[in-house]
Amino acid sequence: MDRNRREVMKAGGGAALFAVLAAAGLIRPGEALANGWNKAAFEGKTMPEALKALGAANPANSTDITMKAPDIAENGAVVPVGVESKIAGTESIAIFVDKNPSPLAASFDIPSGTEPSVTTRVKMGQTSDVYAVVKANGKFFIAKKEIKVTLGGCGG
Amino acid sequence: MNRREFLQLLSVAAAGGMPLAAAAAGLARQGKGAGAGGGFYELPRFGNVHLMHFTDCHAQLLPVHFREPNVNLGIADMGGRPPHLVGEALLRHFGVRQGTPEAHAFTYLDFEKAARTYGKVGGFAHLATLVKQLRAGRPGALLLDGGDTWQGSGTALWTKGQDMVEACKQLGVDVMTGHWEFTLGAERVQKIVEGDFKGRIDFVAQNVKTADFGDPVFPPYVIKPMNGVAVAIVGQAFPYTPIANPRYFVADWNFGIQEEAMQKAVDEARAKGAQAVVVLSHNGMDVDIKMAARVRGIDAILGGHTHDGVPAPVVVKNAGGQTLVTNAGSNGKFLGVLDFDVRGGKVADFRYKLLPVFANLLPADRDMEALIRKLRAPYEAKLGEKLAVTEGLLYRRGNFNGTFDQLILDGLMAMKDAEIAFSPGFRWGTTLLPGQPILMEHLMDQTAITYPYTTVSEMTGETIKTVLEDVCDNLFNPDPYYQQGGDMVRVGGLAYTCDPNAKMGSRILDMQLKGKPIEAAKNRGRRLGAGFRGKPASPAASRSGT
Repeated sequence: MDRNRREVMKAGGGAALFAVLAAAGLIRPGEALANGWNKAAFEGKTMPEALKALGAANPANSTDITMKAPDIAENGAVVPVGVESKIAGTESIAIFVDKNPSPLAASFDIPSGTEPSVTTRVKMGQTSDVYAVVKANGKFFIAKKEIKVTLGGCGG
Repeated sequence: MNRREFLQLLSVAAAGGMPLAAAAAGLARQGKGAGAGGGFYELPRFGNVHLMHFTDCHAQLLPVHFREPNVNLGIADMGGRPPHLVGEALLRHFGVRQGTPEAHAFTYLDFEKAARTYGKVGGFAHLATLVKQLRAGRPGALLLDGGDTWQGSGTALWTKGQDMVEACKQLGVDVMTGHWEFTLGAERVQKIVEGDFKGRIDFVAQNVKTADFGDPVFPPYVIKPMNGVAVAIVGQAFPYTPIANPRYFVADWNFGIQEEAMQKAVDEARAKGAQAVVVLSHNGMDVDIKMAARVRGIDAILGGHTHDGVPAPVVVKNAGGQTLVTNAGSNGKFLGVLDFDVRGGKVADFRYKLLPVFANLLPADRDMEALIRKLRAPYEAKLGEKLAVTEGLLYRRGNFNGTFDQLILDGLMAMKDAEIAFSPGFRWGTTLLPGQPILMEHLMDQTAITYPYTTVSEMTGETIKTVLEDVCDNLFNPDPYYQQGGDMVRVGGLAYTCDPNAKMGSRILDMQLKGKPIEAAKNRGRRLGAGFRGKPASPAASRSGT
């Protein structure tokens, strides 16, 4: 266990650390968000609607996209989802939760030279297919994984 | 009754000419051989790597009766193969003769009579004798504990698992993984692992990580040298602990199957020189069989959780060769013995035997007996309180119901003035024969958990259906990775039809209360649910019966 790293984070304190990074010009709050915000895609109420707004109406299935996520969510409010793309020229990675009121949960721009691997947490109200949509060289690719959200129940 | 008297009794019974008794006499004759239990426990040594495995003993320190299920449905590819075989089908599949002691250990058949003939099973003092005997003939042998060890009895609950920790140290457990252990809370688990167990027992789990950075909480595996062979034991804790049991016990840890991390742990152990790799798993047998087909380089998965007493391993082919998958039952009833012949750096051959622990055939180990007496002494009066005498056979297992569950549900409805009651489909809990007194100890055997809340709430038909459908999917999902093990939530007062092969949302049909259909949303305002063990003060309180 990397106790040092945890200590640094604790000592720094989340907000304070963020302020330092922002001051150093590494993160520009607000600006970064505003530039790439695709309102129509994030507010789309169905998968086809959101995909269309992203310009990704008919993505091709790809086995070069790896999704790392639990089979059953431990807590539907914070479900960790990781996506890694092995497709050359990956420009962006988006994550969709099919049964959420607004399916597009996150979209990451991948600047050239960056490893196309992202992890975030999504909120899920019910069992749903979760999709990763990758844009590479102007084309769109897709992969999916079902994540179950359950009330729980055990007999073991 | 001592062992000699038991053997004499068997001989007398044999004269009566009953098939069961005749078989018992065979057992008695074997019992006259050398060593404890004579021929019955004579297992010739094979190969150079020896692993003994018990799992899901649920803190049963003393011998018990435990009736195996008469229903264990397998969905999709899982139907008709182990572990979804019970009774005569199981005996046929594994070539076990009816009316033998093995048949009694592995099935529910003729349970009451067979139980009276062969006596109780398990008990740590008897298990200790067997372990010592096997160790004597198998130098270097390791004893593996698959978990669900620190929970399931009054004394384990009252001592926060300490009685089992002491007993396991005395038994000589070498490596362990867990599930119900975590319901003592993360802090307690770590205190035992880093304190009591230090330098004695390795607690391994490759699939428990910190929720913040994903760092390992426990070592993923250990490598032990044995007779010139490096043997890796990889731990796999119950993947759905924070879902099936309250999340707050392990709030800072993530679980899950973590197949990729498993592959990585196996590869890493091999790279470090392990010539035999074994997973000590609490996945449940269907999950283990699926995992065995997808992960390469595991020689055997010694499994638990689903409490399946499976006489022989299931051999699963995969890209790396083959993996044996076993499951060693529950309640201290069995000890699995796996021998590997490792040659030229890999497993060349194997032998496996799941030995039933008959308390009448294995004399109690004196030291263990003394320890158990000491551990129980402060609680004997409490444990011995007589509550009732049972007229019928009381047992737990079965996909949908058990007589002990029904007794609990009837009690809930009566005491809580509720029309319907729910109770979890636990697979642990001992069996009582007709005429036996029901002591406080036996009640604790069915109910001793660290979150024993009983709640009463008003539920609509719709809510009840949602709960039943949800639990049902955890049991009958066609993909084992989406199953959590255990059995269907037990219901009292409510009748329904279940179609396990249907899709989630369509499995529960024809719900009825006192012969009248329950309609969604119509029962508002009535006392419908007495949930045994909900979680008050949390939104999940409605998940009655989990």
